[in-house]
Amino acid sequence: MHPAYSVIFFTAASGAGYGLLALLGLGAGLGWLPPDRLLGFLGLGLALTLITAGLLSSTFHLGHPERAWRALSQWRSSWLSREGVLAVATYPPAGGLGIGWVLLGRTDGFFAVCGVLAAMLAMATVFATGMIYRSLPTIRQWHQPLTVPVYLALSLTTGALLLAALLAVLGLNASTVVGLAIELLLLTAVLKQLYWRAIDAAPPLATPESATGLGRFGTVRQLDPPHTQANYVMREMGFAIGRKHALKLRRAANILLFVAPALLCVLALLTGGATSALPLAVAVVASAFGVGIERWLFFAEAEHVVMNFYGEPRS
Amino acid sequence: MTTLPAPSAKKLGLVIDLDICVGCQACATSCKEWNAQGASAPLTDEDPHGADPHGAWLNRVHTYEVGEGPTARTVHFPRSCLHCETPACVTVCPTGASYKRAEDGIVLINPDTCIGCKLCSWACPYGAREYDYSDGVMKKCTLCIDRIYNENFAVEDRVPACVRACPTGARAFGDLGDPGSAVAKNVAARGGYDLMPEMGFRPTNKYLAPRERRDTASPPQTMTRLADMAAGPEGLEKLFAWVDRVLTN
Repeated sequence: MHPAYSVIFFTAASGAGYGLLALLGLGAGLGWLPPDRLLGFLGLGLALTLITAGLLSSTFHLGHPERAWRALSQWRSSWLSREGVLAVATYPPAGGLGIGWVLLGRTDGFFAVCGVLAAMLAMATVFATGMIYRSLPTIRQWHQPLTVPVYLALSLTTGALLLAALLAVLGLNASTVVGLAIELLLLTAVLKQLYWRAIDAAPPLATPESATGLGRFGTVRQLDPPHTQANYVMREMGFAIGRKHALKLRRAANILLFVAPALLCVLALLTGGATSALPLAVAVVASAFGVGIERWLFFAEAEHVVMNFYGEPRS
Repeated sequence: MTTLPAPSAKKLGLVIDLDICVGCQACATSCKEWNAQGASAPLTDEDPHGADPHGAWLNRVHTYEVGEGPTARTVHFPRSCLHCETPACVTVCPTGASYKRAEDGIVLINPDTCIGCKLCSWACPYGAREYDYSDGVMKKCTLCIDRIYNENFAVEDRVPACVRACPTGARAFGDLGDPGSAVAKNVAARGGYDLMPEMGFRPTNKYLAPRERRDTASPPQTMTRLADMAAGPEGLEKLFAWVDRVLTN
Protein backbone atom coordinates (compact mmCIF):
# COMPACT_ATOMS: atom_id res chain seq x y z
CA MET A 1 0.00 0.00 0.00
CA HIS A 2 1.17 3.50 -0.81
CA PRO A 3 2.46 5.14 2.40
CA ALA A 4 0.75 8.55 2.44
CA TYR A 5 2.76 10.94 4.59
CA SER A 6 -0.35 12.74 5.85
CA VAL A 7 -1.76 9.48 7.22
CA ILE A 8 1.59 8.43 8.71
CA PHE A 9 1.90 11.77 10.47
CA PHE A 10 -1.73 11.61 11.60
CA THR A 11 -1.57 8.13 13.13
CA ALA A 12 1.84 8.75 14.73
CA ALA A 13 1.14 12.26 16.08
CA SER A 14 -2.42 11.78 17.21
CA GLY A 15 -1.48 8.32 18.52
CA ALA A 16 1.14 9.88 20.80
CA GLY A 17 -1.29 12.69 21.69
CA TYR A 18 -4.05 10.26 22.66
CA GLY A 19 -1.57 8.16 24.64
CA LEU A 20 -0.42 11.26 26.53
CA LEU A 21 -4.02 12.38 27.08
CA ALA A 22 -4.98 8.93 28.38
CA LEU A 23 -2.10 8.92 30.88
CA LEU A 24 -2.79 12.51 31.96
CA GLY A 25 -6.51 11.80 32.35
CA LEU A 26 -5.96 8.62 34.34
CA GLY A 27 -3.05 10.10 36.30
CA ALA A 28 -5.04 13.17 37.28
CA GLY A 29 -8.32 11.35 37.79
CA LEU A 30 -6.87 8.59 39.95
CA GLY A 31 -4.45 10.91 41.74
CA TRP A 32 -1.11 9.59 40.38
CA LEU A 33 -0.15 12.98 39.06
CA PRO A 34 0.14 16.16 41.13
CA PRO A 35 -2.49 18.86 40.32
CA ASP A 36 0.37 21.07 39.17
CA ARG A 37 -1.14 23.78 36.94
CA LEU A 38 1.86 24.08 34.63
CA LEU A 39 1.93 20.30 34.12
CA GLY A 40 -1.77 20.39 33.28
CA PHE A 41 -1.31 23.29 30.88
CA LEU A 42 1.74 21.93 29.06
CA GLY A 43 0.64 18.29 29.17
CA LEU A 44 -2.93 18.78 27.98
CA GLY A 45 -1.77 21.51 25.59
CA LEU A 46 0.81 19.19 24.02
CA ALA A 47 -1.63 16.28 23.85
CA LEU A 48 -4.41 18.29 22.24
CA THR A 49 -1.96 19.99 19.84
CA LEU A 50 -0.64 16.62 18.65
CA ILE A 51 -4.18 15.23 18.34
CA THR A 52 -5.52 18.25 16.49
CA ALA A 53 -2.50 18.54 14.17
CA GLY A 54 -2.86 14.85 13.36
CA LEU A 55 -6.57 15.08 12.69
CA LEU A 56 -6.07 18.12 10.44
CA SER A 57 -3.27 16.34 8.61
CA SER A 58 -5.53 13.35 8.01
CA THR A 59 -7.93 15.59 6.10
CA PHE A 60 -5.14 16.66 3.72
CA HIS A 61 -5.27 13.34 1.86
CA LEU A 62 -9.00 13.76 1.24
CA GLY A 63 -10.24 14.78 -2.17
CA HIS A 64 -12.76 17.09 -0.48
CA PRO A 65 -11.53 18.18 3.00
CA GLU A 66 -14.40 20.66 3.26
CA ARG A 67 -16.82 17.73 3.37
CA ALA A 68 -14.93 15.98 6.22
CA TRP A 69 -17.81 16.64 8.65
CA ARG A 70 -19.90 14.16 6.70
CA ALA A 71 -17.58 11.41 7.92
CA LEU A 72 -19.26 11.59 11.36
CA SER A 73 -22.52 10.19 10.01
CA GLN A 74 -21.96 6.48 9.31
CA TRP A 75 -20.78 5.21 12.72
CA ARG A 76 -23.20 2.29 12.48
CA SER A 77 -21.10 0.52 9.87
CA SER A 78 -17.80 2.35 9.32
CA TRP A 79 -14.75 2.26 11.62
CA LEU A 80 -13.46 5.42 9.95
CA SER A 81 -16.67 7.19 10.92
CA ARG A 82 -16.47 5.75 14.47
CA GLU A 83 -12.90 7.06 14.72
CA GLY A 84 -14.13 10.52 13.76
CA VAL A 85 -17.03 10.46 16.23
CA LEU A 86 -14.79 9.24 19.08
CA ALA A 87 -12.12 11.82 18.20
CA VAL A 88 -14.68 14.63 18.45
CA ALA A 89 -16.22 13.14 21.61
CA THR A 90 -12.82 13.15 23.33
CA TYR A 91 -12.55 16.95 23.26
CA PRO A 92 -15.30 17.89 25.78
CA PRO A 93 -14.04 15.74 28.70
CA ALA A 94 -10.44 16.72 27.83
CA GLY A 95 -11.55 20.35 27.94
CA GLY A 96 -13.35 19.76 31.24
CA LEU A 97 -10.20 18.26 32.74
CA GLY A 98 -8.23 21.23 31.38
CA ILE A 99 -10.59 23.76 33.05
CA GLY A 100 -10.28 22.04 36.42
CA TRP A 101 -6.55 21.34 36.25
CA VAL A 102 -5.24 24.52 34.64
CA LEU A 103 -7.74 27.20 35.71
CA LEU A 104 -8.85 25.90 39.11
CA GLY A 105 -5.89 23.75 40.10
CA ARG A 106 -8.23 20.86 40.91
CA THR A 107 -8.28 17.32 39.52
CA ASP A 108 -10.80 15.80 41.93
CA GLY A 109 -14.55 15.15 41.77
CA PHE A 110 -16.13 16.17 38.48
CA PHE A 111 -12.71 16.90 36.96
CA ALA A 112 -11.47 13.42 37.91
CA VAL A 113 -14.49 11.96 36.09
CA CYS A 114 -13.60 14.12 33.06
CA GLY A 115 -10.03 12.81 33.20
CA VAL A 116 -11.02 9.14 33.30
CA LEU A 117 -13.62 9.72 30.58
CA ALA A 118 -11.08 11.51 28.35
CA ALA A 119 -8.63 8.63 28.87
CA MET A 120 -11.25 6.04 27.90
CA LEU A 121 -12.35 7.96 24.81
CA ALA A 122 -8.73 8.58 23.77
CA MET A 123 -8.00 4.86 23.84
CA ALA A 124 -11.30 4.12 22.10
CA THR A 125 -10.27 6.49 19.29
CA VAL A 126 -6.93 4.71 18.84
CA PHE A 127 -8.80 1.39 18.94
CA ALA A 128 -11.04 2.63 16.12
CA THR A 129 -7.99 3.75 14.12
CA GLY A 130 -6.53 0.27 14.42
CA MET A 131 -9.86 -1.30 13.49
CA ILE A 132 -9.98 0.67 10.21
CA TYR A 133 -6.97 -1.39 9.11
CA ARG A 134 -7.78 -4.58 11.03
CA SER A 135 -11.22 -4.84 9.43
CA LEU A 136 -9.99 -4.97 5.80
CA PRO A 137 -9.86 -8.62 4.65
CA THR A 138 -8.24 -7.51 1.38
CA ILE A 139 -4.92 -6.73 3.08
CA ARG A 140 -3.31 -9.69 4.83
CA GLN A 141 -0.74 -7.64 6.76
CA TRP A 142 -3.48 -5.50 8.34
CA HIS A 143 -6.16 -8.16 8.79
CA GLN A 144 -4.23 -9.50 11.80
CA PRO A 145 -5.22 -9.99 15.45
CA LEU A 146 -2.14 -7.99 16.54
CA THR A 147 -2.85 -4.88 14.44
CA VAL A 148 -5.06 -3.19 17.05
CA PRO A 149 -2.98 -4.17 20.12
CA VAL A 150 0.13 -2.71 18.43
CA TYR A 151 -1.70 0.57 17.70
CA LEU A 152 -2.88 0.84 21.32
CA ALA A 153 0.48 -0.14 22.79
CA LEU A 154 2.41 2.28 20.57
CA SER A 155 0.04 5.10 21.46
CA LEU A 156 0.54 4.54 25.19
CA THR A 157 4.30 4.01 24.82
CA THR A 158 4.92 7.23 22.89
CA GLY A 159 2.53 9.04 25.24
CA ALA A 160 4.39 7.74 28.31
CA LEU A 161 7.74 8.90 26.89
CA LEU A 162 6.28 12.38 26.32
CA LEU A 163 4.84 12.49 29.84
CA ALA A 164 8.12 11.31 31.40
CA ALA A 165 10.10 13.96 29.54
CA LEU A 166 7.56 16.65 30.50
CA LEU A 167 7.68 15.73 34.20
CA ALA A 168 11.47 15.79 34.17
CA VAL A 169 11.60 19.15 32.37
CA LEU A 170 9.23 20.61 34.99
CA GLY A 171 11.40 19.22 37.76
CA LEU A 172 8.66 16.88 39.01
CA ASN A 173 9.24 13.29 40.06
CA ALA A 174 9.29 11.29 36.81
CA SER A 175 10.58 7.94 38.09
CA THR A 176 7.17 6.19 38.22
CA VAL A 177 6.27 7.27 34.68
CA VAL A 178 9.77 6.38 33.41
CA GLY A 179 9.31 2.92 34.91
CA LEU A 180 5.92 2.65 33.22
CA ALA A 181 7.49 3.78 29.92
CA ILE A 182 10.14 1.04 30.16
CA GLU A 183 7.45 -1.60 30.79
CA LEU A 184 5.37 -0.30 27.88
CA LEU A 185 8.46 -0.23 25.61
CA LEU A 186 9.15 -3.88 26.39
CA LEU A 187 5.52 -4.90 25.87
CA THR A 188 5.22 -2.99 22.58
CA ALA A 189 8.54 -4.31 21.30
CA VAL A 190 7.37 -7.88 21.92
CA LEU A 191 3.98 -7.23 20.28
CA LYS A 192 5.62 -5.68 17.23
CA GLN A 193 8.08 -8.59 16.78
CA LEU A 194 5.14 -11.02 17.06
CA TYR A 195 3.24 -8.93 14.49
CA TRP A 196 6.15 -9.05 12.04
CA ARG A 197 6.52 -12.79 12.59
CA ALA A 198 2.78 -13.25 11.96
CA ILE A 199 2.73 -11.31 8.68
CA ASP A 200 5.87 -13.15 7.47
CA ALA A 201 4.23 -16.51 8.15
CA ALA A 202 0.68 -15.83 6.96
CA PRO A 203 -0.18 -17.48 3.63
CA PRO A 204 -1.35 -15.35 0.68
CA LEU A 205 -5.07 -14.55 0.63
CA ALA A 206 -5.46 -15.13 -3.08
CA THR A 207 -3.46 -15.95 -6.21
CA PRO A 208 -3.78 -14.82 -9.83
CA GLU A 209 -5.41 -18.23 -10.37
CA SER A 210 -8.11 -17.72 -7.72
CA ALA A 211 -8.59 -14.04 -8.56
CA THR A 212 -9.41 -14.82 -12.20
CA GLY A 213 -10.96 -18.23 -11.56
CA LEU A 214 -8.73 -19.58 -14.34
CA GLY A 215 -6.59 -21.83 -12.13
CA ARG A 216 -8.43 -24.87 -13.56
CA PHE A 217 -6.39 -24.40 -16.76
CA GLY A 218 -3.01 -23.96 -15.07
CA THR A 219 -0.91 -21.02 -13.95
CA VAL A 220 -2.08 -17.50 -14.84
CA ARG A 221 0.44 -14.95 -16.12
CA GLN A 222 -0.27 -11.43 -17.30
CA LEU A 223 0.37 -11.17 -21.03
CA ASP A 224 -0.94 -7.66 -21.72
CA PRO A 225 -1.78 -5.15 -19.00
CA PRO A 226 -5.04 -3.21 -19.47
CA HIS A 227 -3.22 0.14 -19.63
CA THR A 228 0.23 1.39 -20.53
CA GLN A 229 0.82 3.57 -17.44
CA ALA A 230 0.08 2.76 -13.81
CA ASN A 231 -3.52 3.61 -12.93
CA TYR A 232 -4.92 4.69 -9.54
CA VAL A 233 -5.27 1.09 -8.37
CA MET A 234 -1.61 0.34 -9.09
CA ARG A 235 -0.40 3.65 -7.63
CA GLU A 236 -2.38 3.20 -4.42
CA MET A 237 -2.37 -0.58 -3.95
CA GLY A 238 0.68 -1.64 -5.93
CA PHE A 239 3.37 -0.05 -3.76
CA ALA A 240 5.93 -2.72 -2.96
CA ILE A 241 9.05 -2.80 -0.83
CA GLY A 242 11.95 -5.20 -1.23
CA ARG A 243 12.40 -7.79 1.49
CA LYS A 244 15.99 -6.76 2.28
CA HIS A 245 15.01 -3.11 2.41
CA ALA A 246 12.11 -3.89 4.75
CA LEU A 247 14.33 -5.90 7.12
CA LYS A 248 16.80 -2.98 7.33
CA LEU A 249 13.97 -0.60 8.17
CA ARG A 250 12.57 -3.02 10.75
CA ARG A 251 15.97 -2.99 12.47
CA ALA A 252 16.07 0.82 12.34
CA ALA A 253 12.56 1.00 13.82
CA ASN A 254 13.50 -1.44 16.58
CA ILE A 255 16.58 0.57 17.52
CA LEU A 256 14.98 4.03 17.38
CA LEU A 257 11.59 3.08 18.76
CA PHE A 258 12.45 0.48 21.39
CA VAL A 259 16.14 -0.08 22.19
CA ALA A 260 17.35 3.52 22.33
CA PRO A 261 14.38 4.92 24.33
CA ALA A 262 14.55 1.99 26.79
CA LEU A 263 18.28 2.53 27.40
CA LEU A 264 17.76 6.30 27.72
CA CYS A 265 14.93 5.69 30.20
CA VAL A 266 17.23 3.49 32.30
CA LEU A 267 19.86 6.24 32.12
CA ALA A 268 17.22 8.75 33.28
CA LEU A 269 16.32 6.54 36.23
CA LEU A 270 20.01 6.29 37.19
CA THR A 271 20.71 10.02 36.93
CA GLY A 272 17.38 11.15 38.37
CA GLY A 273 16.43 14.75 39.09
CA ALA A 274 16.65 17.57 36.58
CA THR A 275 19.49 15.97 34.55
CA SER A 276 17.14 13.11 33.58
CA ALA A 277 15.31 15.56 31.31
CA LEU A 278 18.04 15.34 28.66
CA PRO A 279 18.04 11.55 28.06
CA LEU A 280 14.21 11.57 28.19
CA ALA A 281 14.02 14.35 25.59
CA VAL A 282 16.41 12.40 23.34
CA ALA A 283 14.23 9.30 23.90
CA VAL A 284 11.17 11.26 22.70
CA VAL A 285 12.99 12.39 19.54
CA ALA A 286 14.31 8.88 18.82
CA SER A 287 10.87 7.34 19.32
CA ALA A 288 9.30 9.94 17.01
CA PHE A 289 11.62 8.88 14.18
CA GLY A 290 11.12 5.24 15.16
CA VAL A 291 7.35 5.39 15.08
CA GLY A 292 7.53 7.23 11.74
CA ILE A 293 9.53 4.35 10.25
CA GLU A 294 7.26 1.78 11.92
CA ARG A 295 4.16 3.43 10.49
CA TRP A 296 5.75 3.84 7.03
CA LEU A 297 6.55 0.11 7.06
CA PHE A 298 3.01 -0.69 8.20
CA PHE A 299 1.82 0.70 4.87
CA ALA A 300 4.77 -0.26 2.66
CA GLU A 301 4.70 -3.92 3.74
CA ALA A 302 0.94 -4.20 3.30
CA GLU A 303 -0.04 -6.06 0.14
CA HIS A 304 -3.47 -5.79 -1.46
CA VAL A 305 -5.18 -8.76 -3.15
CA VAL A 306 -6.12 -6.66 -6.18
CA MET A 307 -2.52 -6.83 -7.40
CA ASN A 308 -3.16 -10.47 -8.29
CA PHE A 309 -5.04 -9.16 -11.33
CA TYR A 310 -1.87 -7.33 -12.38
CA GLY A 311 0.17 -10.51 -12.44
CA GLU A 312 1.88 -9.70 -9.17
CA PRO A 313 1.08 -12.56 -6.81
CA ARG A 314 0.70 -10.73 -3.52
CA SER A 315 -0.97 -10.86 -0.17
CA MET B 1 -26.81 5.11 4.68
CA THR B 2 -23.89 2.78 4.30
CA THR B 3 -25.47 -0.08 6.19
CA LEU B 4 -26.61 -2.59 3.60
CA PRO B 5 -30.23 -2.98 2.56
CA ALA B 6 -31.95 -6.37 2.80
CA PRO B 7 -30.99 -8.50 -0.21
CA SER B 8 -33.07 -7.41 -3.18
CA ALA B 9 -35.04 -9.90 -5.27
CA LYS B 10 -33.80 -8.11 -8.38
CA LYS B 11 -30.03 -8.40 -8.80
CA LEU B 12 -28.93 -6.57 -11.91
CA GLY B 13 -25.50 -7.51 -13.15
CA LEU B 14 -23.27 -8.67 -15.96
CA VAL B 15 -22.27 -12.08 -17.18
CA ILE B 16 -18.91 -12.11 -18.93
CA ASP B 17 -18.08 -14.98 -21.23
CA LEU B 18 -14.32 -15.47 -21.28
CA ASP B 19 -14.76 -18.05 -24.03
CA ILE B 20 -15.95 -15.39 -26.44
CA CYS B 21 -14.08 -12.23 -25.38
CA VAL B 22 -11.44 -11.26 -27.92
CA GLY B 23 -9.89 -8.44 -25.85
CA CYS B 24 -10.78 -5.72 -28.35
CA GLN B 25 -11.23 -3.09 -25.57
CA ALA B 26 -14.50 -1.89 -27.11
CA CYS B 27 -16.30 -2.34 -23.75
CA ALA B 28 -13.63 -0.33 -21.94
CA THR B 29 -13.53 2.52 -24.43
CA SER B 30 -17.32 2.77 -24.80
CA CYS B 31 -17.60 2.73 -20.99
CA LYS B 32 -15.13 5.58 -20.75
CA GLU B 33 -16.90 7.50 -23.49
CA TRP B 34 -20.39 7.07 -22.00
CA ASN B 35 -19.42 7.76 -18.42
CA ALA B 36 -17.28 10.78 -19.23
CA GLN B 37 -20.55 12.47 -20.18
CA GLY B 38 -23.17 10.54 -18.17
CA ALA B 39 -23.98 10.12 -14.48
CA SER B 40 -20.36 9.76 -13.39
CA ALA B 41 -19.11 12.76 -15.32
CA PRO B 42 -16.44 13.95 -15.34
CA LEU B 43 -14.25 10.87 -15.66
CA THR B 44 -11.01 12.73 -15.98
CA ASP B 45 -7.53 11.87 -17.18
CA GLU B 46 -4.27 13.17 -15.79
CA ASP B 47 -1.44 14.25 -18.08
CA PRO B 48 -3.33 12.85 -21.12
CA HIS B 49 -0.75 13.96 -23.69
CA GLY B 50 2.32 13.81 -21.46
CA ALA B 51 4.78 11.17 -20.39
CA ASP B 52 2.62 9.59 -17.70
CA PRO B 53 -0.99 9.57 -18.86
CA HIS B 54 -3.49 7.91 -16.54
CA GLY B 55 -7.10 8.41 -15.62
CA ALA B 56 -10.24 7.00 -14.09
CA TRP B 57 -11.75 4.14 -16.04
CA LEU B 58 -14.57 1.94 -14.80
CA ASN B 59 -13.75 -1.11 -16.88
CA ARG B 60 -10.34 -2.64 -17.58
CA VAL B 61 -9.48 -5.52 -19.89
CA HIS B 62 -6.54 -7.70 -18.88
CA THR B 63 -4.98 -10.34 -21.10
CA TYR B 64 -3.56 -13.43 -19.47
CA GLU B 65 -1.61 -16.43 -20.64
CA VAL B 66 -3.04 -19.48 -18.89
CA GLY B 67 -1.59 -22.97 -18.69
CA GLU B 68 1.67 -24.40 -19.97
CA GLY B 69 3.12 -25.65 -23.23
CA PRO B 70 0.96 -26.60 -26.20
CA THR B 71 -2.26 -26.40 -24.17
CA ALA B 72 -1.56 -22.83 -22.99
CA ARG B 73 -4.18 -20.33 -24.01
CA THR B 74 -4.70 -16.61 -24.13
CA VAL B 75 -7.64 -15.35 -22.07
CA HIS B 76 -8.95 -11.80 -22.29
CA PHE B 77 -10.43 -10.75 -18.98
CA PRO B 78 -12.63 -7.67 -18.56
CA ARG B 79 -12.75 -6.44 -14.94
CA SER B 80 -15.24 -3.98 -13.49
CA CYS B 81 -17.45 -3.59 -10.41
CA LEU B 82 -19.20 -6.88 -9.59
CA HIS B 83 -22.03 -5.21 -7.62
CA CYS B 84 -21.49 -7.52 -4.64
CA GLU B 85 -24.32 -8.71 -2.40
CA THR B 86 -22.38 -7.71 0.75
CA PRO B 87 -19.90 -5.08 -0.48
CA ALA B 88 -17.36 -3.87 2.08
CA CYS B 89 -16.78 -0.77 -0.06
CA VAL B 90 -20.24 0.37 1.06
CA THR B 91 -20.01 -0.44 4.76
CA VAL B 92 -16.57 1.18 5.24
CA CYS B 93 -17.73 4.49 3.72
CA PRO B 94 -17.73 7.09 6.52
CA THR B 95 -20.07 9.57 4.79
CA GLY B 96 -22.84 7.47 3.29
CA ALA B 97 -21.78 8.48 -0.22
CA SER B 98 -21.33 4.82 -1.11
CA TYR B 99 -24.53 2.82 -1.16
CA LYS B 100 -26.23 -0.27 -2.52
CA ARG B 101 -29.64 0.26 -4.06
CA ALA B 102 -32.39 -1.71 -2.32
CA GLU B 103 -34.46 -2.08 -5.47
CA ASP B 104 -31.95 -3.65 -7.87
CA GLY B 105 -28.69 -4.16 -6.00
CA ILE B 106 -26.63 -1.65 -7.99
CA VAL B 107 -23.71 -0.21 -5.98
CA LEU B 108 -23.27 3.53 -6.51
CA ILE B 109 -21.34 6.55 -5.21
CA ASN B 110 -22.95 9.92 -4.58
CA PRO B 111 -20.33 12.32 -6.01
CA ASP B 112 -21.80 15.20 -4.00
CA THR B 113 -21.09 13.66 -0.59
CA CYS B 114 -17.95 11.57 -1.31
CA ILE B 115 -14.96 13.05 0.56
CA GLY B 116 -12.36 11.13 -1.47
CA CYS B 117 -10.87 9.26 1.50
CA LYS B 118 -10.20 6.24 -0.77
CA LEU B 119 -11.03 3.72 1.99
CA CYS B 120 -13.61 2.02 -0.27
CA SER B 121 -10.89 1.27 -2.80
CA TRP B 122 -8.83 -0.38 -0.05
CA ALA B 123 -11.83 -2.51 0.91
CA CYS B 124 -12.54 -3.72 -2.65
CA PRO B 125 -10.58 -6.84 -3.70
CA TYR B 126 -11.49 -6.33 -7.36
CA GLY B 127 -9.95 -2.90 -7.97
CA ALA B 128 -13.36 -1.70 -9.11
CA ARG B 129 -13.10 1.78 -7.64
CA GLU B 130 -10.76 4.37 -9.07
CA TYR B 131 -10.00 7.80 -7.66
CA ASP B 132 -10.63 10.75 -9.94
CA TYR B 133 -7.68 13.04 -9.14
CA SER B 134 -9.30 16.09 -10.73
CA ASP B 135 -12.74 15.61 -9.25
CA GLY B 136 -11.46 14.50 -5.83
CA VAL B 137 -14.02 11.71 -5.53
CA MET B 138 -14.14 7.98 -6.19
CA LYS B 139 -15.60 6.67 -9.44
CA LYS B 140 -17.05 3.26 -10.19
CA CYS B 141 -19.25 1.31 -12.60
CA THR B 142 -22.86 2.47 -12.34
CA LEU B 143 -24.13 -0.41 -14.49
CA CYS B 144 -25.08 2.54 -16.74
CA ILE B 145 -28.01 3.36 -14.53
CA ASP B 146 -28.57 6.39 -16.77
CA ARG B 147 -29.11 4.05 -19.76
CA ILE B 148 -30.86 0.96 -18.43
CA TYR B 149 -33.90 2.84 -17.07
CA ASN B 150 -33.92 5.54 -19.74
CA GLU B 151 -37.28 5.41 -21.48
CA ASN B 152 -36.11 7.86 -24.13
CA PHE B 153 -33.84 5.14 -25.46
CA ALA B 154 -34.84 2.40 -27.85
CA VAL B 155 -35.32 -0.85 -25.94
CA GLU B 156 -32.14 -2.41 -27.38
CA ASP B 157 -30.12 0.56 -26.08
CA ARG B 158 -31.34 0.16 -22.48
CA VAL B 159 -28.28 -1.90 -21.57
CA PRO B 160 -24.90 -0.81 -20.20
CA ALA B 161 -22.63 0.84 -22.79
CA CYS B 162 -20.10 -2.00 -22.50
CA VAL B 163 -22.75 -4.60 -23.33
CA ARG B 164 -24.05 -2.55 -26.26
CA ALA B 165 -20.52 -2.11 -27.64
CA CYS B 166 -19.31 -5.70 -27.35
CA PRO B 167 -18.99 -6.96 -30.94
CA THR B 168 -18.79 -10.64 -29.99
CA GLY B 169 -21.61 -10.88 -27.45
CA ALA B 170 -19.20 -11.73 -24.64
CA ARG B 171 -21.06 -9.46 -22.22
CA ALA B 172 -24.66 -9.97 -21.15
CA PHE B 173 -26.78 -7.81 -18.87
CA GLY B 174 -29.78 -8.97 -16.89
CA ASP B 175 -31.43 -9.88 -13.60
CA LEU B 176 -29.33 -12.56 -11.93
CA GLY B 177 -31.86 -12.76 -9.10
CA ASP B 178 -34.46 -14.21 -11.48
CA PRO B 179 -33.63 -17.87 -12.21
CA GLY B 180 -35.74 -17.66 -15.37
CA SER B 181 -33.74 -14.80 -16.92
CA ALA B 182 -31.51 -15.49 -19.91
CA VAL B 183 -28.37 -14.51 -17.99
CA ALA B 184 -29.24 -16.73 -15.00
CA LYS B 185 -30.00 -19.68 -17.28
CA ASN B 186 -26.70 -19.21 -19.09
CA VAL B 187 -24.83 -19.02 -15.77
CA ALA B 188 -26.52 -22.24 -14.62
CA ALA B 189 -25.79 -24.04 -17.89
CA ARG B 190 -22.15 -22.94 -18.15
CA GLY B 191 -21.20 -23.12 -14.48
CA GLY B 192 -20.71 -19.37 -14.10
CA TYR B 193 -18.44 -18.51 -11.21
CA ASP B 194 -17.60 -15.73 -8.71
CA LEU B 195 -14.19 -14.01 -8.63
CA MET B 196 -12.31 -14.51 -5.34
CA PRO B 197 -15.25 -16.16 -3.55
CA GLU B 198 -12.93 -16.55 -0.52
CA MET B 199 -13.36 -12.82 0.16
CA GLY B 200 -17.01 -13.46 0.98
CA PHE B 201 -18.52 -10.38 -0.68
CA ARG B 202 -20.79 -12.50 -2.93
CA PRO B 203 -20.42 -10.76 -6.30
CA THR B 204 -23.53 -10.47 -8.50
CA ASN B 205 -21.56 -10.45 -11.78
CA LYS B 206 -20.58 -13.90 -12.98
CA TYR B 207 -17.81 -15.11 -15.25
CA LEU B 208 -18.10 -18.01 -17.71
CA ALA B 209 -14.86 -19.94 -18.13
CA PRO B 210 -13.38 -20.65 -21.55
CA ARG B 211 -14.61 -23.97 -22.89
CA GLU B 212 -12.29 -26.99 -22.84
CA ARG B 213 -9.95 -27.14 -25.82
CA ARG B 214 -10.74 -29.58 -28.60
CA ASP B 215 -7.27 -30.81 -29.39
CA THR B 216 -8.38 -33.13 -32.19
CA ALA B 217 -6.97 -32.76 -35.68
CA SER B 218 -8.91 -30.28 -37.77
CA PRO B 219 -11.08 -31.87 -40.49
CA PRO B 220 -9.49 -32.01 -43.99
CA GLN B 221 -10.18 -28.97 -46.11
CA THR B 222 -12.57 -29.63 -48.94
CA MET B 223 -11.97 -27.96 -52.26
CA THR B 224 -14.46 -25.26 -53.03
CA ARG B 225 -15.92 -25.48 -56.43
CA LEU B 226 -15.61 -22.39 -58.61
CA ALA B 227 -19.27 -22.64 -59.44
CA ASP B 228 -20.18 -22.37 -55.71
CA MET B 229 -17.91 -19.42 -55.31
CA ALA B 230 -19.40 -17.57 -58.23
CA ALA B 231 -22.91 -17.96 -56.84
CA GLY B 232 -24.34 -15.30 -54.52
CA PRO B 233 -23.72 -11.57 -54.17
CA GLU B 234 -20.13 -11.82 -52.88
CA GLY B 235 -19.26 -14.54 -55.36
CA LEU B 236 -17.20 -12.31 -57.63
CA GLU B 237 -15.05 -11.07 -54.75
CA LYS B 238 -14.39 -14.63 -53.62
CA LEU B 239 -13.47 -15.57 -57.21
CA PHE B 240 -10.96 -12.73 -57.39
CA ALA B 241 -9.50 -13.76 -54.02
CA TRP B 242 -9.12 -17.32 -55.30
CA VAL B 243 -7.45 -16.16 -58.48
CA ASP B 244 -5.14 -13.97 -56.42
CA ARG B 245 -4.15 -16.92 -54.20
CA VAL B 246 -3.48 -19.17 -57.19
CA LEU B 247 -1.37 -16.55 -58.93
CA THR B 248 0.56 -15.78 -55.75
CA ASN B 249 1.40 -19.46 -55.32
